[in-house]
Amino acid sequence: MITAAVVDPSWYLGLGAVLFTMGAVGLLVRRNPLVMFMCVELMLNAVNLTFVALARQLRDVGGQVVVFFVLVVAAAEVVVGLGIIVSIIRRRPGATADDVSLLKG
Amino acid sequence: MEAAVFAVSAVIAISGAAGVIASRNAVHSALSLIATLFAIAVLFIAQDAQFLAAVQVIVYAGAIVVVFLFVIMLLGVDRSEDLEEEPLRGQRPAALVAGIVIGAGLIAVVATGTITGAHGAGAAVRADMPNVEQLGRLLFTDYVFPFEVTSVLLVIAVVGAVLMARSRRVDQVDEDEPVLDLHAEDRADAVEEPA
Amino acid sequence: MRELVWLIPALPLAGFAVLVVLGRRLGNPLAGWLATLMVAASFAASIVVWLGVRAASGERSSTQRLFTWIPAGGFRVDVAFLVDPLSITMALFVTGISALIHLYSIGYMHADAHFTKFFVYLNLFVFSMLVLVLGDNLLLTFLGWEGVGTCSYLLISFWFEEEANASAGKKAFVTNRIGDWGFMVATLFTFFAIGSVRYADITAAAPGLATSTATVIAVLLFLGAVGKSAQLPLYVWLPDAMAGPTPVSALIHAATMVTAGVYLMTRVGPVLAAASPWVPTLIAVVGGLTALFAATIAVAQTDIKKVLAYSTVSQLGYMFLAIGSGAYVAAVFHMITHAFFKAVLFLGAGSVIHGMHEEQDMRRMGALKRAMPITALTFGAGSLALAGIPPFSGFWSKDEILLGAWNRGGFVGRGLWVIGVLTALMTAFYVGRMVFLTFFGQARWGDAPAHAAGEAERSAVEVDDGARTEHSGQASVATAAPADHGRPADQGALQPHESPWTMTLPLVVLGVAATLGGALNLPVARLRTLASWLDPVVGGQEIATSAATATKWILAAIAVVAALVGLGAAGVLYLRRRFADQPREPRVLARGWYVDEAVTAFAGGPGRRLFDGVAWFDRTVVDGAVNGVGFLVRGAGSGLRRAQSGYVRNYALGFAAGAIVLVAVLVLRGVSL
Repeated sequence: MITAAVVDPSWYLGLGAVLFTMGAVGLLVRRNPLVMFMCVELMLNAVNLTFVALARQLRDVGGQVVVFFVLVVAAAEVVVGLGIIVSIIRRRPGATADDVSLLKG
Repeated sequence: MEAAVFAVSAVIAISGAAGVIASRNAVHSALSLIATLFAIAVLFIAQDAQFLAAVQVIVYAGAIVVVFLFVIMLLGVDRSEDLEEEPLRGQRPAALVAGIVIGAGLIAVVATGTITGAHGAGAAVRADMPNVEQLGRLLFTDYVFPFEVTSVLLVIAVVGAVLMARSRRVDQVDEDEPVLDLHAEDRADAVEEPA
Repeated sequence: MRELVWLIPALPLAGFAVLVVLGRRLGNPLAGWLATLMVAASFAASIVVWLGVRAASGERSSTQRLFTWIPAGGFRVDVAFLVDPLSITMALFVTGISALIHLYSIGYMHADAHFTKFFVYLNLFVFSMLVLVLGDNLLLTFLGWEGVGTCSYLLISFWFEEEANASAGKKAFVTNRIGDWGFMVATLFTFFAIGSVRYADITAAAPGLATSTATVIAVLLFLGAVGKSAQLPLYVWLPDAMAGPTPVSALIHAATMVTAGVYLMTRVGPVLAAASPWVPTLIAVVGGLTALFAATIAVAQTDIKKVLAYSTVSQLGYMFLAIGSGAYVAAVFHMITHAFFKAVLFLGAGSVIHGMHEEQDMRRMGALKRAMPITALTFGAGSLALAGIPPFSGFWSKDEILLGAWNRGGFVGRGLWVIGVLTALMTAFYVGRMVFLTFFGQARWGDAPAHAAGEAERSAVEVDDGARTEHSGQASVATAAPADHGRPADQGALQPHESPWTMTLPLVVLGVAATLGGALNLPVARLRTLASWLDPVVGGQEIATSAATATKWILAAIAVVAALVGLGAAGVLYLRRRFADQPREPRVLARGWYVDEAVTAFAGGPGRRLFDGVAWFDRTVVDGAVNGVGFLVRGAGSGLRRAQSGYVRNYALGFAAGAIVLVAVLVLRGVSL
């Protein structure tokens, strides 16, 4: 049974790494803009987890403050990003990330 | 005790993440995301970041994912994405390789890194003060400027969202016109946009 | 008084400027008088400065700095004039003879439509020549060098309406360029080796130069001299340059420009002394061979100006022979006497041509001594000087050169002396031939039948020559000015007359100078004026003659005998015999050993392939390299452009790649918490 009293902080960091990787892969593979956005949120959460783990490790509250800010900014970002997605999909129903390719050189 | 908590939460978080990236239906993805967020909130509590856990649940799970669900329902559940095919050549293999390498790299960083046990440079965690109070103290002293700036950021975000989400008249919208059209209101008679 | 040296070049320059602006208004002949006045004033200034140099006790050489021309860090070139015995001597005879020729031109060119333009160019030329001789550094000399080259081109093709004249100008310019290249590279080497291009610095640094460096510099400068002073193999432009008006031939291609090469080699004598021993030998051999080669061609020329042109090449060869033998004083002495007698010969020829209504072929002249007595007399004096008959000036200077060659010793020295004597013989021969054909014998211009009969017998086979001369670049017989006197065709009305005083006065002055010029440097102890005058400048590089007095007398006697033999032979062949019995000129000599034809054949045939090859190289390799860079950039751009697919997810892949790199860095550096 798992009875260790304190978990090695490295495990948290490892979990964060795994979550981040999964979010990155999802971002690269999915085409639905909403799902891509959710993958981004996944990555941000992984980062938050890492920060908190390190805050605990280094006994520094500053890490938690950073998480706080990340949360705020993520919220703002979601709002604006979803507004953009709405505008795009309204213009072209059924658009995916690959349809927005006007920057082709 | 903590290990058990960690194990369970980790499993939930990872399966939630798998659900996000692998679900065909966007709503399923959103719900999987909620599961992950909750698991992470539990992990926050386990690491003595109680305030953050609360904020995580309220803001992230309770507001952000809800907004996601609103948009999904507004736009209709999208079925145009076919998970089987990949229009961009080499994207999927490249993505897998990138993912594996990043993951391996990050884990390598964690594994090879040494923990010296030194304390951080910032404010130390104090056992006698509640977590909220410590956070608050820090926010309003050392980090007050970023705090104010983020409030401005929120205002900007709200303004931007409102502007972008305004409805347009269909007949006067063309492909090359920029998204932001300040004179759309002044144009002649409008035709209600079809639903 | 030496501070007035800046006036010497400034006056002709002012003349040039005024004539450019006001020339057309001043017109004929006022423009000519103004130009002449300027050069005469320059001559007066030269005399004043010369007196100043004479009076200077102690250091004979001084510099007057006007302003800094190129201040570029370690490389500094001033516009400064070097006043020393050599440069002031050059300035004296350049301005003196130029003034006389300007005066002469007023009469000679009076019928020409472009009278003013002629004097504009002439003044510019005198200015350039003075900058050349007075400059205190190689770069200023080169400026003058190029200036005289340009004026030479402008003046040779003065009557450019005839294509042959324009071609002659081009030929002169292009041939000179080959020499100029040598000059330029030598200047570069000098700067690298010594750090300065001033003559004073070169003279001081020369003994310390590495032999190889000095050799390279000397050979390259000699190449420049070969081009400018028409030595083998770059002499081909000088005969063609006779397409220009005769005063031009007299001034530029006899008295001044062609002596620039001799002046240059004298100036850098210290470098020659520091070079490998084969360099002076090379110079002497080239000079000697040129002298002989040109003399062989001169004996067979029918155009009076061509005879004089080849004669100039030959006499310049003598000067280089002297330089190569270390007899710098002899070279300068001969330069001066040659300027006198060659100028009088050319001006006399011009007078004859003018009087004969632009006829230049000696076969159509004869018995002119009664019609043009002054011309005949002065021409005779110049001829005797050229032939080296004592007591005329040419004898003394040529004798010094031959002595210098003999003094060199060894197989080369003695061999060159023999060549020199042979050349003297041929010189006397062609001089005699020229004089007898022109001024003596029967008049072949007045009586049409006699003329025609004689012509037909002698030149039946040579008619086709006349037709071909245009194409091979040699100026055809009648490419003189489109004059108003009428064509040579109407022989019946031809009445040769003496020229106006503006033309005969310079003839007389120069004739006297040609006769008495030897007094400058008589080989008697106290009377070696020129040698002692030039000693401060060339003393260090001069190789003194070590022959016994008896030897000198014998050598001189042999040379005189050779000259008399030549004159005698010419007299027998051309004075005694009737025109019809005179020997026909050998074709190979008349055509200059077919050198021009050979060059044309080469340039048209294998030469063309070579040039095409070089052009191909330039197009493909050089241009190709430059264009290739452009293609490369464009190609790279096109390739890299494919990275901009427009798909956000591809860009996200890019992000991921960057993140991988960062992570890798972290892993490698190690993280410690």
